Amino acid sequence: MTLTAKPAAATPPADEPGPPAASARPKRARRSPLTWIRGGGAWNLAFLAPMLIVFGVFSWGPIVQSVVMSFQKTNLVSPPVWVGLDNFARVLSDPNLSTAVLNTMYFAGLALLFGFPLPIIMAVLMSEVKRGKGLYSALAYLPVVVPPVVAVLLWKVFYNASPDGVFNTILGFFGIPPQPWLQSSATAMPSLVIEATWAAAGGSIIIYLAALIAVPPELYDAAEVDGAGIWRKIWHVTLPQLRGILFIMLILQVIGTAQVFLEPYLFTGGGPNNATLTVLLLIYRYAFQNSLGGAYGEATALSLMLAIFLGLLSWLYFKLTDRWSTN
Amino acid sequence: MTTPGTTAPATTPVSGRLRAQLSGLVRRREKDAGDDGVDRGILSDHDRKRGGVRVSMSTVHVILFVGLVIAGLGPLLWLAKAAITPTQDTLSQPFALWPNGMDWENLSAAWNDIHIDRYFFNTLVVAAGSWFFQVFIATTAGYALSVLRPKYAPILNALVLATLFIPAVVLLVPLYLTILHPPVIGVSMLNTYWAVWLPAAANAFNILLMKRFFDSLPREVFEAARTDGAGPLRVFWSIVLPMSKPIIGVVSVFAVIAAWKDFLWPLLVLPDPAVQPLSVRLPAVQSQTELDVFLAALAISTLIPVVLFLVFQRLFLRGAGLGGAVKG
Repeated sequence: MTLTAKPAAATPPADEPGPPAASARPKRARRSPLTWIRGGGAWNLAFLAPMLIVFGVFSWGPIVQSVVMSFQKTNLVSPPVWVGLDNFARVLSDPNLSTAVLNTMYFAGLALLFGFPLPIIMAVLMSEVKRGKGLYSALAYLPVVVPPVVAVLLWKVFYNASPDGVFNTILGFFGIPPQPWLQSSATAMPSLVIEATWAAAGGSIIIYLAALIAVPPELYDAAEVDGAGIWRKIWHVTLPQLRGILFIMLILQVIGTAQVFLEPYLFTGGGPNNATLTVLLLIYRYAFQNSLGGAYGEATALSLMLAIFLGLLSWLYFKLTDRWSTN
Repeated sequence: MTTPGTTAPATTPVSGRLRAQLSGLVRRREKDAGDDGVDRGILSDHDRKRGGVRVSMSTVHVILFVGLVIAGLGPLLWLAKAAITPTQDTLSQPFALWPNGMDWENLSAAWNDIHIDRYFFNTLVVAAGSWFFQVFIATTAGYALSVLRPKYAPILNALVLATLFIPAVVLLVPLYLTILHPPVIGVSMLNTYWAVWLPAAANAFNILLMKRFFDSLPREVFEAARTDGAGPLRVFWSIVLPMSKPIIGVVSVFAVIAAWKDFLWPLLVLPDPAVQPLSVRLPAVQSQTELDVFLAALAISTLIPVVLFLVFQRLFLRGAGLGGAVKG
């Protein structure tokens, strides 16, 4: 036994409760490394080590670092300097911030308007299809399968503003004059939202379909006994039964749209005239598209403010769903 | 993606919770589907027999079907057509079917000039590595927290769960700086796949999912194995892993789809074109590529996931019912 060479571990009878000094608390004996290993402590640590390293370096560390960095000036060359609330002050006084926040709210609002009711209506209609349900689901889900980057690049071609562009040709069939789509600040954001809705609706439809099938059929039978028509059944049975899932989807959509990046970045780069500049795009610009070198302090300060807002939303979500699932 | 707008590096923190809740619903559906008598919706058989309802339902179905074909299949069919059409025709008559003949050259030009094969391979490497590390971390950590359960397990569990509340956006800049100057090894991980694989592996939802599954496994089996002299490693490898194939499958599907769809994070940490996946490379080559060849490249990049979807349709749609197939 090599351990006996070390004075610290030289009190070998490890299986005894402990030295007399510790006998006041016999259960919690002083543990030598040997008992720790015998108890499986080394195995525990071996299994936990990959997770501890990965989370420590790539999750817990950066989370702490983001709080620290938002109070510092960092430029990768000289050591970081504490600057108090300077980063926050600079972000809050940036004229682009209000633009970005308003644009993000505009995006979220439009996405809610187009993208929230549409999948519900589609799912309710599709759930009443007797034959070929699988075909309907597959068709609805197809846009979700297209890689998001490919979808945006393809829609960029559709949005060609010339009268011969794909969408403008379709509008022409109905006698509607060509639209500027991404070229004008008035139509750019709605164009982004239409694509985002197209890309995401299928996923929501499938979720609602699953929820609709879980509505107990007895409720419809009972409503019919009470003389309810089709609309009253939808209003008094279907929608109340979906209440929980509707609320979850609402919060998820708000959290998702508040972090929208791909569409404005690839479609317009934030233009025209900052009409599609979103909060995440502004963070990206601070940190990675800055001619004066990365403004990492400002970027983390803004991320932190957005994160606190979103964290409160998800906290609310957990609170409410917890209450519902215990009821 | 359950929401319009793709989130940044990882999945939305709460989408996982949704998946867990919906798995219950899906199981109920499967049970009900076997029993035709129970399977009814808003309309009763009586409703369906009424003339007005029957006519309007047929109309609704026709509109629904046509609408789904136009919105779901239409863009893909157009892309397939445009992929083999010369640029001029696509620009001047987007809906004409090959007024001046087909241009099959586009496909080979896209494959050879844009090097789709190479970037497709990079995408595969990104997805395979992300899959491996996510499954490795989730199973080992889930095993330690659920089965071995050291005294400090609840603290670690809470620390992992806490990261679910933190939106991905907070991590963007500090994580990027960590990649530039990682602790201990001190060599920048920029332009290496480690920079994509390892942050993806720090996924709290996977661990939560895995731990819950391990919690539901019968303890007696582990006890019996221990009595027979199996150590922690052997219990993990020969008992826990084989029993966990379903949940490992779920984590794998989510991991691969998320890696496939990710854009912002690989864009940041893989600036060298030689290592970029397809999703990062396609926007970059757009400006230097002729439109017809570019559309052919888009068509090829769409073909692979669409074919996979059509082949494994049931699996995909079931996974989607479990959470909208990840939003990335």
